Order: sequence, then structure tokens, then C-alpha cells
Amino acid sequence: MELFRGVNIDWLRLKWAFLGFSLLFSVAGIVKMAILWSATGNPVPLGVDFRGGTEVQVQFQNAPDITAIRQAMDAAGIRDAKIQPYNTTAGPNQVLISLPEELNEGALDAGRQQVVSALHAHYANQFNDSGVKVDVVGPTVGKQLETQAWRAVLVSLLGMLVYLWFRFQLIYGVAAVVAVFHDTLITVGFFALTGQEISLTVIAAILTLVGYSMNDTIVVFDRIRENLRMSRRESLPDVVNRSINQTLSRTVLTSGLTFLTVLSLYIFGGQVLRGFSFALVVGILIGTYSSIAVAAPMLVAWQQWRATQGKVAVLPAAKRPRA
Amino acid sequence: MNKNLNQKLALIFAVLVVFILGIIGVSWVPWPGHTPTSLAKAFTDRIHLGLDLQGGVHLILKVKVGEAVATETDNTVGRIQQDLKTANLGFTQVYKPDPTKPELVKVEGVTPANASAVRSALDNKYSNEYDIAGSGTDGIFTLTMKPSIESALEEKTVQQAIETIRDRVDSLGVSEPVIDEYGLGKYEILVELPGVDDTDRVKGLLNNTARLEIHAVVGGPYKDEQEAAASTGGSIPPDEEMVHGSGNMATGSDADAVYVLRRVAVVSGTNFRSADPGTDSNTNQRTVHFTLTNEAGDKFYDYTSKNINTSMAIVMGGHVKEVANIEGPIRDSGEIRGSFSEDEVATLSKLLRTGALPASLEYLEDRSVGASLGADSIRQGVTAAVVGVLVVMGFMLVYYKGSGINADLALFLNLVILLGFMGFSGATLTLPGIAGVILTIGMGVDSNVLIFERIREEIRAGKAAAAAVDQGFGHAWVTIIDTHVTTIVSAAILFVVGSGPVKGFAITLTFGLLANLFTAVYVSRLIFDWHLGSLKSGEPISI
Repeated sequence: MELFRGVNIDWLRLKWAFLGFSLLFSVAGIVKMAILWSATGNPVPLGVDFRGGTEVQVQFQNAPDITAIRQAMDAAGIRDAKIQPYNTTAGPNQVLISLPEELNEGALDAGRQQVVSALHAHYANQFNDSGVKVDVVGPTVGKQLETQAWRAVLVSLLGMLVYLWFRFQLIYGVAAVVAVFHDTLITVGFFALTGQEISLTVIAAILTLVGYSMNDTIVVFDRIRENLRMSRRESLPDVVNRSINQTLSRTVLTSGLTFLTVLSLYIFGGQVLRGFSFALVVGILIGTYSSIAVAAPMLVAWQQWRATQGKVAVLPAAKRPRA
Repeated sequence: MNKNLNQKLALIFAVLVVFILGIIGVSWVPWPGHTPTSLAKAFTDRIHLGLDLQGGVHLILKVKVGEAVATETDNTVGRIQQDLKTANLGFTQVYKPDPTKPELVKVEGVTPANASAVRSALDNKYSNEYDIAGSGTDGIFTLTMKPSIESALEEKTVQQAIETIRDRVDSLGVSEPVIDEYGLGKYEILVELPGVDDTDRVKGLLNNTARLEIHAVVGGPYKDEQEAAASTGGSIPPDEEMVHGSGNMATGSDADAVYVLRRVAVVSGTNFRSADPGTDSNTNQRTVHFTLTNEAGDKFYDYTSKNINTSMAIVMGGHVKEVANIEGPIRDSGEIRGSFSEDEVATLSKLLRTGALPASLEYLEDRSVGASLGADSIRQGVTAAVVGVLVVMGFMLVYYKGSGINADLALFLNLVILLGFMGFSGATLTLPGIAGVILTIGMGVDSNVLIFERIREEIRAGKAAAAAVDQGFGHAWVTIIDTHVTTIVSAAILFVVGSGPVKGFAITLTFGLLANLFTAVYVSRLIFDWHLGSLKSGEPISI
């Protein structure tokens, strides 16, 4: 069985369509992030890891009545509690109770204790301690985690750039990094658009898809480089098109298979990994798209721009001599 | 060639066995004199589950090192007062002017005549640890703790806190607790207790690490702070402090009262050498019988002989726990009498024995997962993994036919090696770690796809089977290295920068990709070679 025999699409001609598509999603994401920023002070919904606060997840034996729980919280004097059902395939009848950030670190635990004791008072035999998950994050730690996340993302991108510069020419590195940046922007934009929270595991997913998108782009670049080496007379756009067509089969198959595995994670993996798998589901699709639609056209555009500057830019194969 | 092939097959088989042993260990083997454990238990013994899968408590604490500095300077204040009195050098007061700067001590009211004598006395004894300033023309000298001494003290405080917490946690009987300095902030400690469901109990144990001290009682009990302040003429002098509590031995009631105590403690936590619960033979009350260190004992004897018939207060966690009348000199052993419950007496003894915390703790982060929610997560993760594996394996079979079997075998070996790595290295498997395994499946099969597509291309270009396989592996090798290195670099950054669950993800991803380098290239190639060897001449390979 073979899906991509003799494919011969002129990808570079579609570059305006690609640009439009990318712009559409990027701008939609940016606009939503701007709206969120002015409304909440954060461009994306933040998980408890970064915004601080208390989250108590409780598994009840029978379906819990949200209104009754809210009354129980009010009766205990707990204000600002956000209560929502938190159903998963493995555990229905779960509820998530969130409290806002406690700025006084001395009283950090008070919220949790109040919530748990209020629940014990009203629902004593409906749940027990082994069905409770608590996350209390104080402002100090929230800040630390945020800084950490930023650092990880920046170091990653920089590391990628350096590695690619080393293996290919600088322009390849820049094109790949631009593609990765585009992927990250659109993925984060999707979080803003769908209102999903960004937690530490989501950051891990984003870093993974940075690596994945880079992979994908490298496969195409490797083929471009090999083809350039073999035929010096073909024009760059033709080489790029041919390379993409040649690697199309591999690209679609791998992305497809990886996509299926993370889709399985999204469907069966439960609430805790929901954000993580969502980031990967979106990221893998966009990452594959960007190698063809962003990175490759950028190479061609750069050469054409250099040509208009009067410099003849021939993208040599690599810094290594021919074998 | 055949012999070579057989050798390689044997090698791969050996690898398989070794890594399977890595996963389940050898404890299930029923050899003589050893009762075998069940396979399930053998598995969970080798593969450590993270807190999010087995349930447990995760805390990040901050040690309030300022308190340790304050205690040290309090002691210095006492010593300076003693020294100046002994040398007959007059002064109005020695105190700490700024509560927010515990490292600063001030001597006031020194007569100009004594100024130089005082200065040299101070220089003599304290210049190692303090920067001394002041000329004495205004009768004021200031001592500031040297920054190097201060940070050494702060470091030591954190280490002592870790030791003490470790001792206390031991009593919970937790297997493999983690108690360490937490890298992200200064003076922060990470505590992870797997399998513990009750956060409150843990906190009770840790929180009760408040410091224990004995202070001289200046006045009290007063009804409230205003009354207490009024007793000393409107405001509390700097060498005294107001403390709440209830000395019900003295007052006969448990009501909260306010005492005015001398700020500098006569005896504090580190001076206790041992402590045991006991009973008073006369009143049958529960007591805590304690002994002090020699040096503290001398000081205590001195103090108690000079202050017979005055009161001293036992302060625990900033609260007066008991007030006692000094009936006679006490050297280094004594009894704390009070209406303690059995629990309180046992706790108090344990706290005194293991040494009080040098400073109190503040919680910065508190996470806990109940065991049944953890089990849910395991179930969900495993389901997702199984579905993922089956889908991928099925697809490879359909799309690449015979070579699909090749890829599936490599994938299976990949998973075994990955889990074996986890078993050997003692790394922790977290829920994101399971996600990492699932991701490895998808990305691992990428290498196979790369190779197989190339082989198909070469066959289409007319090459013979063996040459096509050769070319396929040769060309794909460089790209495989490139893609694996970039993802491993991502994972390494995540490992360095991430916390527990994220680290677990980075570990499984890295191990999986390393295993994949072996299986996708060496093992796949071997299977191809074996298959080629069994083909008749001219017969195409199934791909």
C-alpha cells in the first residue's frame, strides 16, 4: 500500500495560501491573547502552577450536586470558591474546587483546610482522603515556576538555533527557528482561543513540539541539501519543491502516526494530561505544516531577496566537503 | 555470513533478557532459600512510581533563617551585658533597635570615660563575628554581624532544619522520603512523602517544630495586651516582649493571657540534650523530664540560684505553654509539669529529643494526591499507551506488510529497553512519563518510516533488494541522528529546568529515543539481513 506515489505538487506556488492560513490563526490567537491580557492581566489562561492559588479535586461516590457544594462552601465562610465538575472517563463524579491566590504565605494552607473540612462536614461518607488531590501554590513558588518556564523556552530556542547553525548554514537555522516560533505562537493562541489553562506540563509539551517541529524541518532541509549537492543546475525553487515531494510520504506518515498516539492520549489519558495532549495534538499538525509552508518558502524567499540586492546567493549544500 | 547473523541475533536476544530483568528484577525467581515475590510486586519494586501515580504529599518549605540570626544576636546581647557588668563598665542598654534587622546590636549610654575600654572589650570578644562601629563620643556603639558569618549561619540553619525534618519524618514510616534543599530559591526545602494520604498529620509533625525556650517572667498574667503594656508604663521596653499563652498551673485556668517576658531566653531548643515523658509521683501528673547540655546547665544553675521565687515561662512556638515557679536552683536536669495530654507529652519529648528546629518553617507549595486518584491516573495512562501501541503496530503491518513486522518487533524491543532503563536507573515514572513513553512510540516509528520509504525509493529506482536495503539505511542514518539529537536536547533542557513530573517526562523521552537508536538501526537491519538471507534470488522483499 502506498499513499504518495509520484506526487508532484508545486508547493511554492501555494505560498500565499499558506501565508494567509498562518496569518489567520496567528492573528486570531494574538487578538484573543490581547483581549485576555486586558481582561485578566495574563495573555493566556494560567494553571495553578503559575497563577498560584488552591485547587482541590475530589472524587465522590455519587454524582455531586454543584449547588449543594457551593452552599456548603458558603456556609463555611469560604468566598471566591470556583466549583466545576471535572469528569473523566475513569472517574465520573469528580469536582474541582478552586480558590484564588493566597498572598499571605503564612496562611497558605488555610484555604485547603477549610474546603476539606467543609466537605467532610456535609459529605462525610461520600468521599475519603484517598480520592482527594490538592494543589496549593504560593506566590513565591508561582513566580519561580514562571521564571523557570521562560528560561526553558528561551534556552531551547537558542540551543536549536546554535545546533542548526552548526549543521547547516545560518539561514537554515533562522528559517527553522521562525517556523518553530510560528508553531509555538499558534499553539499558545489555541489555548487562548479555547480557554484552556497553561500549566507546567503544557510547557513541557510545547518544548517537545519545538523539538518535533525542528525534526520535521530538518528532514526536509536534509533532502534539500542532498539534492542541491547532486544537481547544481536546477533552480532553488525546483529543488525545494522536489525535496518536499520526495519527503512528503515520510512526513505525513510520521506525523500521522505520532498524531494518532497523542490523540489516543487526549481521548484516554484523563484530565490531568488534557492540556498536555491538546498542545501536542495541535502542535504536531502545525509543526508538520510549518516545515513545508513556512521554513522551505523562507529559504527561497531569502535567496530571491539576496538576488534583488545584486548578490548572487547560491545556497551551497553544507560546510562539509563532498564525500 | 550466517554465523555472523546468528551471533548478532544472540546478542539481541541477550539484550532482551537483560532489560526484561531490569524491569522485573530477579526477586520472583524461586531459588532455594528465597520466597519468590509475585510478578506484579516485582515490577512495582523496580519501577518507582511518582507521587502523581502512587499518591503522596509534596511540600516546599521556606526556612525563616532570620529567626536563627535573631536568636544568635539575642545571645550576643546577653553576653555583652554580662561582659560589661563584669568589667564594671556602665551602660544604659544593650539591645536590637530594629526588628527587621536582626543582625544589628546597639550599645547605648556608655560614659565617655569608659568609651575606649568598652571599645576594646567589644573588639576583643566580638570582632571575629561582628563589624564594630562607633567612637563612644556619643556613648553609642553598633555591632553588625558580618555578612559571611551571617550567611554561614543561615546555611547551617537550613541544613539543621533538613536533619530535623528527616528525623521527624522517619517516625511516619515512609519508604523513600525525599528531603532536600530545593534548588529554585534560597533557604527552601523540598519534602516528598510517597504513600502518605494525610497532609494535616504531616504538617502537624513538621509545624510542631516551633522552637522551645524558657524565658524569665517579668509580669503577668494580664488579660490582654493593653493591660500588659500599662504595667510597664505604656510601652514594652526593648529587652522585653509580650507573649500570649496560658500558664494554667499558675492561674488555674486555660484562658488565653498575656505575659511580659524577658526577650532573651534563659534556655533554648539547642540546649536540651534529652527529654522523656514521665509522671510526677506526687500529683500523678504527666511531666517531661529533660536534661540540658553542660554549658547550658551551668548557665541555668546560675540563673535559677539568683532568681528563686520568681517565675519562668516555658514558651513553645511563640506561645506560653506553662509557667513555673523557681523553687530552688536547677542545674541540668529538671521537669516540666503541666496538664499535658499523653500525646502532648510524647510529642514534646520527641521534639526536645530530636532537637528543635533552629528556625520556623513557612509553606510555599503544598500538593498531595490521594491513592485512588493516583491509581486512576495509572489506569488512564496505560490505556492510552496500549491503544497508541496497537494503532501504530496495526498501521505498520498494513502499510509495510512484511517489513511492518520488522518495525513492530523493533517497537516492542524499544519499549522493553525503555522500561528496563527505568528499572536499572531507579528513575521515577510519573504520569507525564507515561505520556513520554507514548510519544516515544510515535517518534520511534519515525525512524522506521524514514528507512522504509528510502528503501521503497531505491527499489523503484531499480536497485536490487540487498542494495536497496543498504542504501536505505545509509541515507537515513544521518537524518535519524539529527532528529534524535534535537529532541534529546529538548528533553535535557526539560530535565534540568523541570520539576518532578516534568522530569519524569524528560527521562522516558530520552531513554526511549536512545533505545530507538539501537532498535531502529541495529535490530531492524539485522532482521532485514536475516530476511534477505532467506529470500530466493530475485524475490522482492515485502515492503
